[in-house]
This record gives sequence, structure tokens and C-alpha cells, in this order.
Amino acid sequence: RHDLGELMSEPAAKKAKTTEMELYSYWRSSCSWRVRIALAHKKIPYTYKAINLLKGEQKGEEYLKVCPLGQVPALVPTAGAPAITQSLAILEYLEDTHPEPALLPKDPLQRANVRAICNVINSGIQPLQNLAVINKIAADYEGADKMKWANFHITRGFEALEKLLGQTAGKFCVGDEVSMADACLIPQIFNAGRFQVNMEPFPIINRIAKECAELEAFKEAEPTNQPDKQV
Amino acid sequence: MSEIGKKRRLNDSSSEAKATPDVVLYSYWRSSCSWRVRIALEMKGIQYQYVAVHLVKDGGQQHHKEFVEKNPMHQVPALFIDGQLITQSTAIIEYLEETRPDVPVLPRGFHARAKARALAQIVNSGIQPVQNLSVLQIIAAELGNERKVQWGHDAIANGFKALEAEMAKCSGRYSV
Repeated sequence: RHDLGELMSEPAAKKAKTTEMELYSYWRSSCSWRVRIALAHKKIPYTYKAINLLKGEQKGEEYLKVCPLGQVPALVPTAGAPAITQSLAILEYLEDTHPEPALLPKDPLQRANVRAICNVINSGIQPLQNLAVINKIAADYEGADKMKWANFHITRGFEALEKLLGQTAGKFCVGDEVSMADACLIPQIFNAGRFQVNMEPFPIINRIAKECAELEAFKEAEPTNQPDKQV
Repeated sequence: MSEIGKKRRLNDSSSEAKATPDVVLYSYWRSSCSWRVRIALEMKGIQYQYVAVHLVKDGGQQHHKEFVEKNPMHQVPALFIDGQLITQSTAIIEYLEETRPDVPVLPRGFHARAKARALAQIVNSGIQPVQNLSVLQIIAAELGNERKVQWGHDAIANGFKALEAEMAKCSGRYSV
């Protein structure tokens, strides 16, 4: 089966991997944060390329050549290679190319649990409270309350997530090993705080957050440790 | 019954149906997320029982207690397979790909796989959630039907523009 779009053989990709990876990111972007966690967990060095979302740099001509979607994150795996976009696609790419330290369990049903949690966050929560959507709500509909809209959707998503985690969680979101699910959860909790979500009804989520806060990779990836952090 | 209908049985209680079917798909005919999973199941030739969850009738059967216990997100699809219920369409498809790799739905090369996944996520998180039933119902309730249609239109039109730009770089006979 011929694979369209493959730029280099896999052995060459592995050899050239580390020093040339570039991540286009914004310090507070939860989707960029997920990828930062994965890169730190897998100890993959990379160059941080800041894109200021508040200044609209994501829609600048130069960046649109890298990522026509005009979103962060985007990962350029080696100099000159096309960017990989969409945080979950990037996480899976990093898992494919750098399988250890792992962010997915070995068992396929547990992997499905991890991916389900990632998608609850990535499709069920984040898109309904991201900058583009809440700005559109505010711009198109007079009197619309951005805070209330985002708060509602995060709360509703966390209610469902707490139930799902009741079935899957050990020390972390799925069992006792950290995974992509935790990488998606922690940044979403930060967003919940920004929209004043009451976290009391979510003891499992809160417990997992405390566990992840102890890990070096999660500390490294925090917004306040990024080169483009704002005071 | 059509050939396709014979392969799976709609809420079948006949003696021909197994007491505990191996693969059960909770789906709504017009749910795009359910549709994705149906495509993967059909491509891989996986036999399954179809259990219809009506998203509008009875106040939306996805909100009924029995279904919410299966999926606390109140959404279809959900797939019962290999003794476990899996939710979220792309998680289901990745599971099918890992466990039933004949007739693949992902390319083999790392970059191509990333491209396929990125395109799927543009739809799965960039477009569909912004115009799904529950969001449209909120818009309609708060702002009226006309605004609801406009909202859905904008979500899809903007998303397709982005998808078109991404696909221009990688599409051949198919998306990737």
C-alpha cells in the first residue's frame, strides 16, 4: 500500500528527530499545553516558537503558511517538514515515533479509555470554550455572556468526565500510569478556573490534578514556565 | 430485507439473534459521529447489532437514565465490543484499527497517519461540536431558529475552508 505524503523513511525520521523539532505554541493555549506535556514526558528537546493569540499572530501570513487553520499548536518534526496540526494528531504522532516513555497503555481496551477521555475534552469541552467560539458568541449575539457560556460547557463536560473517570481512573485518568488523557485534563482544569467553574463536585478530577502536579513533565509544561508567558 | 440489513439486525429479538451479541452499536441514523463508526465497521466487515437511540423522540433517548449509565456524555455513538463499551467516535475507530487491522483505515507512514488524524480532528473537534444537536438546541432556545441555522452554517463553512486548505496539501484519490 503506497503511503501518500510520507517524506522520509522511518529510520531516518528517528535519527533526525530530536534537535530539530519545533513547536508553535501560545503559553496559555490548552491544546499547545497538552503537546508540551507530551514532549517533556518523552524528553524530546524542541524549539519553542511563540504565537501570540491575543495579537492575532495565528492569522498572520507567515504562520498561515505553516498552519492554514491558523491555530496552535503546530509541530514541525524536522526542519523543512510540513507541520503536524491538531493536538491529538500530534500526541499520536509523538507516540508513534517516540513510544517510550509511553503515554498510552499497552492494552487496546485501556488505550480506548485513554482516547475516549482525550476526545471528551478535545471535542466535548474545549471547542465550546475556545477563544474563537466565545468571541463569535459575543460578537454575533448581543447580550451573550461569554463567561456563562464557557462555564456551562466546561461544567457539563466535567460532570460527564467525572463519571467516566469513576470507571477508568487509578492514580491517573486510566489506571496507575500517566497518559495522554492526563495531558488533556490538566490544561482543561486551568481553563475551568479561568471561567470560574466550581470544582467541588469533581473529586476524582481534583485528585488526579494533584497527582500530575508532582510530575516534572507537567511542571515543565505549565504556562508560567513558557518563554512567552505574560505577567 | 436488503443485503446490508441482513448483516445486522435492528433491535432484533428474534430467535436468530444471539442472546448476548458480540458487537453492539448504539447509533442514530443521522448522527454524523455514529455514521463515522458505521463506515469503519462496514469497511472492516465487522458484524454488529444496531441499537437505535432516537436523539429527538421522547425528549431525546440519549438523556434517558439507561443510556446515560452507558455514556454519561449523553451522546451516540457507543460501541460495545470485546466485553467493553467504548465511546467517542475517533476512540472507537482507533480501537477497531488496532484490533482488526485488516482493511486499514489509517495509512502506515507516521506523517500520513498524522495527516489523517489531523483531518479527522478538524472535523471532530473543529466543526462538529460547534454545530451539534445540543449546541444548536441552546442557540435556538436563546436566540431563535434563524440564528440557529446561521450558527450551524458558519461553523461548517468556516471549518470546510480550513479542511480544504489542509487537504490541498495531501489529498489524492482520497483525503490522504
